[in-house]
Amino acid sequence: MSDPASGTMDLAGEFLGRRTPMQRIQVTLHRYPYLSPLIVLIVALVIFALINPKFILPGNLSFITQQTVVIGTLAIAQTLIILTAGIDLSIGAIMVFGQMVMANLALTAASNATNFGLPPWLAITIGICASILAGAINGFLIVKLSLPPFIVTLGTLSVFTALTLILFKARTIQGPEMPDLLKVMGVAIKIGSFQLMVGVIVMLVLFAVFTYVLRMTSWGTHIYAVGDDPQAAELSGISTKRVLFSVYVVAGFITGIGAWIYIGRTGAASPNADPSINLDTITAVVIGGTSLFGGRGTLIGSLLGAFIVVVVENGLALAGLDQAYRVLAIGVLVIAAVALDQWIRKVRA
Amino acid sequence: MSTPTLALEPLLSCRGLVKSFGHVIGLNGADLDLYPGEVLAVVGDNGAGKSTLIKCVAGALIPDTGEITLNGERREFKRTQDARLQGIETVFQTLAVSPALDIASNLYLGRELRKPGVMGKVFRMLDKKRMRTEASQHLQDLGIGTVQSITQTVETLSGGQRQAVAVARAAVFGSKLIILDEPTAALGVRESARVLQLIKDLRDRGMPVILISHNMPQVFEVADRIHVQRLGRRAAVVTPQTHTMNDVVAIMTGAMSVDEKDQALGPVRSAN
Repeated sequence: MSDPASGTMDLAGEFLGRRTPMQRIQVTLHRYPYLSPLIVLIVALVIFALINPKFILPGNLSFITQQTVVIGTLAIAQTLIILTAGIDLSIGAIMVFGQMVMANLALTAASNATNFGLPPWLAITIGICASILAGAINGFLIVKLSLPPFIVTLGTLSVFTALTLILFKARTIQGPEMPDLLKVMGVAIKIGSFQLMVGVIVMLVLFAVFTYVLRMTSWGTHIYAVGDDPQAAELSGISTKRVLFSVYVVAGFITGIGAWIYIGRTGAASPNADPSINLDTITAVVIGGTSLFGGRGTLIGSLLGAFIVVVVENGLALAGLDQAYRVLAIGVLVIAAVALDQWIRKVRA
Repeated sequence: MSTPTLALEPLLSCRGLVKSFGHVIGLNGADLDLYPGEVLAVVGDNGAGKSTLIKCVAGALIPDTGEITLNGERREFKRTQDARLQGIETVFQTLAVSPALDIASNLYLGRELRKPGVMGKVFRMLDKKRMRTEASQHLQDLGIGTVQSITQTVETLSGGQRQAVAVARAAVFGSKLIILDEPTAALGVRESARVLQLIKDLRDRGMPVILISHNMPQVFEVADRIHVQRLGRRAAVVTPQTHTMNDVVAIMTGAMSVDEKDQALGPVRSAN
């Protein structure tokens, strides 16, 4: 209720006109949140290529894409969840559960007691459905019991891990025991001396599909609105509960596809697969510029973030640095990304 | 609204609404009547239950007991969407806009337009272009098209511009009545005047408005009738012609009570 309203508005306008270079950077990053991971990735690629020329050989670049494929796929699911201001700590456990369901149902070794011998397409479908169900359980607990996603998925991380071990024992199923369709994601297509894995194509298609969904459909808009301000979304007529539940279900589906890709990538199905995958997906999403507070972020950023995680690991290894330094570097990147996000969020006109 | 007898019936009527939050009683048997084509101001001290009352009408709260009738039909709103489907649009005090979304997306939040044909039906593709053109057209029609770009995110707007987006959303989609909860609280003088003009324009178009405000001069400027809320009930309904601002403040604080025959419980404005 200040009296000279027009005066204050003009002052604000003048103030806006005189932005410092830092403010201009802040506003640009705010508008295009994937710019910072893009710059980090390009800088990392250039530096590692200069340190060790082997880094940019097609063989190593194919290796990097193969290393990225599982983190990248799961990062799609994790992005959708983090956009709603949630988090999924159980995503790796769901993936392992899904792949063990697929592998055990399709097992061809006649000697095995758990030999269901289902047709491979059916085994894969059931495995994906199992992942969807696991996601739905997360969603149910979060939406119906109003529990915080962090606690729910911390719990289901243990539950799904234990369930996998109880149902399928601790037995790793080797590649030759499985029908080819389960391993199809690992098939490499040769493009010159670059090897493009089928799983990488599937991952990129998923990125394209869900980028479309987030940007061009009501559901996508509602995901941002719910993560941004749930009260405002509810008052605007959006059923926040329905949106949240559907996000966890869809995340389960993507994780199921990730499970199939994982079998192809490793050529085996192990109940003790890759315990770091949970945190790697969150790392990729955060480095990719998606805000842990919800409502802000892009899938393209998460894809870049997944590549950054792998490129830094790979590049530092080729530079001859110890594993501990690679872990250190990732940790520094995560903290830097979150600090950057906090700074960008302060943008106000 | 075409026959004179209908105009005497309230468009919206609340009877005996009770809403408690634990030990706190927000509404204690509150009544409310809104007649076609009028601007009804709801005033009251802090905690008198103004916002609770309109939240019940808007579907944001479900009253414990009491009934709400719209056009003579009893309605139970479980969600804001239920009230919206009946043509009741509300600008809440918190504005209920999504800061990270752009102006057009906010305007159409919860009722997005899809592309015609296969793209819309099968691929659920939003018609962003149409939403943007129509949104900027609406903002211009309402005389609040001062934003630089319709694709700006709402968080980059000033308080007054955000308010304009929220008011525009209600004005565009409200078909039966529009509720404004403290629409000028965050605004400067010039922006407030624009919102008041908008309320008058809406009334001239025959659209009834419920205005909640603390600002007595504004209330006396636009209201046909003034509903005074006190201690969770309707204390009195008066008009700017029969009572002064001091009278209204006295009723609000309980220093004065108005005999029922001196109140304006019926319509004072002939609906057109």
